[in-house]
Amino acid sequence: MADNTSGITGTTTGITENAEITEIAEITGEKIPTVVVDGVDIVYRVNGTGAGRGSATAALNRMLRRKKAEQAAGVRKVHAVRNVSFVAYRGEAIGLIGTNGSGKSTLLKAVAGLLPVENGRIHTDGQPSLLGVNAALMNDLTGERNVHLGGLAMGMSREQVKERYQEIVDFSGINEKGDFITLPMRTYSSGMAARLRFSIAAAKDHDVLLIDEALATGDRSFQKRSEARIRELRKHAGTVFLVSHSNKSIRDTCDRVLWLERGELRMDGPTEEVLEAYEAFTGGPDKAKAKPKPKPKVPVSP
Amino acid sequence: MSQVLHTPPPTTATTPAPADDDLAALAARHGLSVSGARPSLREYVGQLWARRHFIAAFSTAKLTAQYSQAKLGQVWQVMNPLLNAAVYFFIFGVLLGTKKGVPDYIPFLVTGVFIWTFTQSSILAGTRAISGNLGLVRALHFPRASLPISFCLQQLQQLLFSMGALVVILLCFGVPVSASWLLAIPALVLQFTFNAGVSMIMARLGAKTPDIAQLMPFVLRTWMYVSGVMWSIDHLLSKHNDLPSWVGPVLQANPAAVYIDLMRFALIDSFHSSQLPHHVWLIATGWALLAGVGGFIYFWKAEETYGRG
Repeated sequence: MADNTSGITGTTTGITENAEITEIAEITGEKIPTVVVDGVDIVYRVNGTGAGRGSATAALNRMLRRKKAEQAAGVRKVHAVRNVSFVAYRGEAIGLIGTNGSGKSTLLKAVAGLLPVENGRIHTDGQPSLLGVNAALMNDLTGERNVHLGGLAMGMSREQVKERYQEIVDFSGINEKGDFITLPMRTYSSGMAARLRFSIAAAKDHDVLLIDEALATGDRSFQKRSEARIRELRKHAGTVFLVSHSNKSIRDTCDRVLWLERGELRMDGPTEEVLEAYEAFTGGPDKAKAKPKPKPKVPVSP
Repeated sequence: MSQVLHTPPPTTATTPAPADDDLAALAARHGLSVSGARPSLREYVGQLWARRHFIAAFSTAKLTAQYSQAKLGQVWQVMNPLLNAAVYFFIFGVLLGTKKGVPDYIPFLVTGVFIWTFTQSSILAGTRAISGNLGLVRALHFPRASLPISFCLQQLQQLLFSMGALVVILLCFGVPVSASWLLAIPALVLQFTFNAGVSMIMARLGAKTPDIAQLMPFVLRTWMYVSGVMWSIDHLLSKHNDLPSWVGPVLQANPAAVYIDLMRFALIDSFHSSQLPHHVWLIATGWALLAGVGGFIYFWKAEETYGRG
């Protein structure tokens, strides 16, 4: 927790939040790990990539030469995450950054227990949940029914869903412009649908919360509301992981950042330090950095 | 830009990763559990029971979403099986003349088609239950058996619509209402268990080898033609005495034929118990238990691997 202060970039909410977390950690004394990732490799096997896969003769050839290795069978291995180790502690908000295809989302899914690991182990406190209810929702159903379905899919009881229903609808702001919640979701604009999805997903309290690019959706006022909601979730949750390409939202919500590049853990440290290196790597800072930057500070080693 | 990406700066990890056994020890000290491990069978049943509302809601949602874009909407729930039966009646009843010697042929045929469709579509849906819902499997945590079971439940709901239509057909053709209609309930329970079990087996196979989904329609069509959906097994056996002696019992013990004939026996008064194989309820229960329990365990054995690839 000692390095929390170095992650603050200036938003007042961030400061109070971090101070609170530090307090909790001080009271309990030792840092409590919630996620231990121990030398993890993740490998995807992709069917149908072999050269000449499209033609029937190639497929026949593959079947006949069955004994040949997987490469001959058109199965390609993609080594998405290589030997990554880290420990996440209670009360931390950890950002995951890296260029597209560097393995961020894959790592999150493995932490959630949704993707099997090839080597190594992931130990977790309770069941980490991915903030992604999208897949359970159906476009042909009304928003109302999707709230119920999504809630149940996340493992809420019927009573909990009923209790939270109004809260979810109000938070999404779907009904601000009329009674849209009783219309099928296919009639929603993409922004409205994204807001409803985030609202459903954020309705549940989680021990370890994994968020994958959820904050980029919706208009500015909704983004602010979601960031506030994530800070709130973090208060209840042990640990929050956030994957994002917006360095600003990483700065606003996280105090520690993991930088993955080509599946390898390139850097692990306080937000500002890692982001600076990352920005230098990706070729110049974000527009957000054009405004006056806080003084460079020396991170306190943990 | 891409040049920069190809020559990344040297690794500067500020907190070097501790040795492996350190991490495992740390995790053990704080009582962390391994993520993505398969629960015990007992825990799994418990988890599944805890998700029963989701299973029900998911199947109903699928059913409702199915026809939500059609103008006639839910009317298709009944129209679909009726049109199906009409096609079979035209081809088999009228053109090929399999109805000769079968009393109450239309109720006989429609019952057969509906009950068969229940098993067929359950198994087809089961084959794609995991492979067709990878997004869901990779996004949320729930016992994966929820999916094949939920799809079977959707087919059961669909069948109940069809049964409504069937009752009307039965009454139109002068089949009397009788107490034996109640036997339809245990028959359906057994058939549902059987379907769910086979679906779970197919779901695991389909998750590993998606090609099976291409093969299943042919397997199922063959199965349909030998199951006496549009012809009477009993009638065939009495007509062809020259068939080897094992053909009769094998045809009659086929689970699809058993469930179809049980339903005919329950609903149609001219379908007598003499047309059923011996110990028919025992056979029906045996198939249900074998497929249900076996399929469930077989599916659970690969629980942690679903979603890979």
